[in-house]
Amino acid sequence: MPCKQKQKIKMKRQTIISLFIATVLIAACGTNKSTNQTKENMLIGEIKIDGSSTVYPITEAIAEEYRIEQPAVKVTVGVSGTGGGFKKFYRGETDINDASRPIKEKEQTACTENNISWIELTVAYDGLAVIKNPANDWLSTITVEELKKLWEPEAQENILYWNQIRAEWPNKEIHLYGPGVASGTYDYFAEVICGKKIGTRGDYTASEDDNVLVQGIATDKYSLGFFGLAYYEENKDKLDLVAVNNGNGGILPSIETVSSGVYEPLSRPIFIYVSNTAATKPEVINFVHFYLESASAIANEVGYVSLPDEKYQSEIAEFNEFIK
Amino acid sequence: MLKFSGAITVLTTFGIIWVLFSESFSFFKEVSIVEFLTDNQWTPLFANKRFGIMPLISGTLLTTAIALSVALPLGLSIAIYLSEYAPKRLRLIVKPLLEMLASIPTVVYGFFALMIVTPFLKTILPNISGFNALSAGIVMGIMIIPFISSMSEDALRSVPKSIREASYGIGATRLQTAFRVMVPAASSGIIVSVILAFSRAIGETMIVAIAAGQQPRLTLNPLVPIETITAYIVQVSLGDVPHGSLEYKTIFAAGMTLFVFTFILNNIAFWVRKKFREEYE
Repeated sequence: MPCKQKQKIKMKRQTIISLFIATVLIAACGTNKSTNQTKENMLIGEIKIDGSSTVYPITEAIAEEYRIEQPAVKVTVGVSGTGGGFKKFYRGETDINDASRPIKEKEQTACTENNISWIELTVAYDGLAVIKNPANDWLSTITVEELKKLWEPEAQENILYWNQIRAEWPNKEIHLYGPGVASGTYDYFAEVICGKKIGTRGDYTASEDDNVLVQGIATDKYSLGFFGLAYYEENKDKLDLVAVNNGNGGILPSIETVSSGVYEPLSRPIFIYVSNTAATKPEVINFVHFYLESASAIANEVGYVSLPDEKYQSEIAEFNEFIK
Repeated sequence: MLKFSGAITVLTTFGIIWVLFSESFSFFKEVSIVEFLTDNQWTPLFANKRFGIMPLISGTLLTTAIALSVALPLGLSIAIYLSEYAPKRLRLIVKPLLEMLASIPTVVYGFFALMIVTPFLKTILPNISGFNALSAGIVMGIMIIPFISSMSEDALRSVPKSIREASYGIGATRLQTAFRVMVPAASSGIIVSVILAFSRAIGETMIVAIAAGQQPRLTLNPLVPIETITAYIVQVSLGDVPHGSLEYKTIFAAGMTLFVFTFILNNIAFWVRKKFREEYE
């Protein structure tokens, strides 16, 4: 088991190095191609994408793949946040907006005022798992209020023992693990559990490297942590899920409960918005098709839950309807 | 030429000190030094910002103390054995082998602590966390053994033969000679070796960053995750904290604290060497 972990880290590093080399090679090939290749199926142009940092990883991953396919199309992906992105979107400055929530009414009116219509396309689900050590036999379900009590900033220095959450839990120090403040996962968890712009307590093991969290929780009986569901799936054998109760008796996260929206509040769909003006450009149409076709494979790779395949098909159909 | 290379070293040192001072100075304009030294929470990256360096210092001193309590008895016994008991051939083999310990990359030590020492400790102490000060400290102790054994052995061997022979002459046993005569006579060198090992342990980064955890915690319990000053600096440098922000400046304040510690220790070493050196002609 430890060896596997080590191997994984090593593999990760190797992947990064080989990705880097691949990128360099591809970049080199790409420039050659664009000068040599026939121009029939080659698109030229620019696609401007901005918006949520939560959606960024999947959009950027797909954009990277797309740059290989269409090296002459310049795809830029910004991270202004969902709201900041919509501001640019309704001013017509961007073609596509990444959004981790549906468009707000205020933003809708702003779009209408600027004669911009849009289509909302769901691209994946984002699900967070609450994780415990398999040796922990007292915790199976935790309520959202308990999570809040445990993670809110006021808990710092105060909520330190398991039995402070529920009296029947052991009188042992609780060791918390979670992503660091730089990660979108952290923002998401902090927002839905503790409330907007509040953040969490600071006295926990915070790491941007999910492997550190996996290792920490897997070796510590009195631990509790959270991270993206995809990471749990990879480390099922040494971790255990905790069901989250939001007045519904407790739901375990899984691909089914996340994609059906039953597992809440720690799951949500993520979207891209395409404007009507952008949807007239061939490169944007081509990119959106590429996006919806490759999203199912890439979503799981970057830590999200992909939609069922027929859902992607209907999204493509809807988009085709929109560009008519 | 020689002057030039000397100047580069000195200038680099001054450059580092200057950066540390100026960045920490702008940090202390925003955070009072009293809070920095007395608050018991260190959470500069979070909503509830607290800037008490004590949890990081306690983490650093805890791992260092564990390391020294491993390295001091072992290193000193090895030194005494090599200089007083071991045949010359054995010493010529063992000493370089020991010094090889110092040449192992610390990242390897870190994984050794995390993957081998911690699971082993778990069989004895079932409640130990996956990240803890104990295993990091023990492994760090192994790493600094050669600092103590090698330098102490040199110190012991530089005590003139005549003193050892005089001790035997008045009927002392080997053990008595070693502990009552040789160790006191070489004490300044031994103390200096310990202090240098101490300051090496305080500044050690990879082992504690990998194996000791990343949670600043004011505790002396060696079984739970802690964070040292160096591990914090690594954590922030790797994250994407914006340059020039207060969060970013915390690493200079932390670095400054570390610098003050090692600076004081090195000066004590220098002072001990000067003051307690026994001159034999």
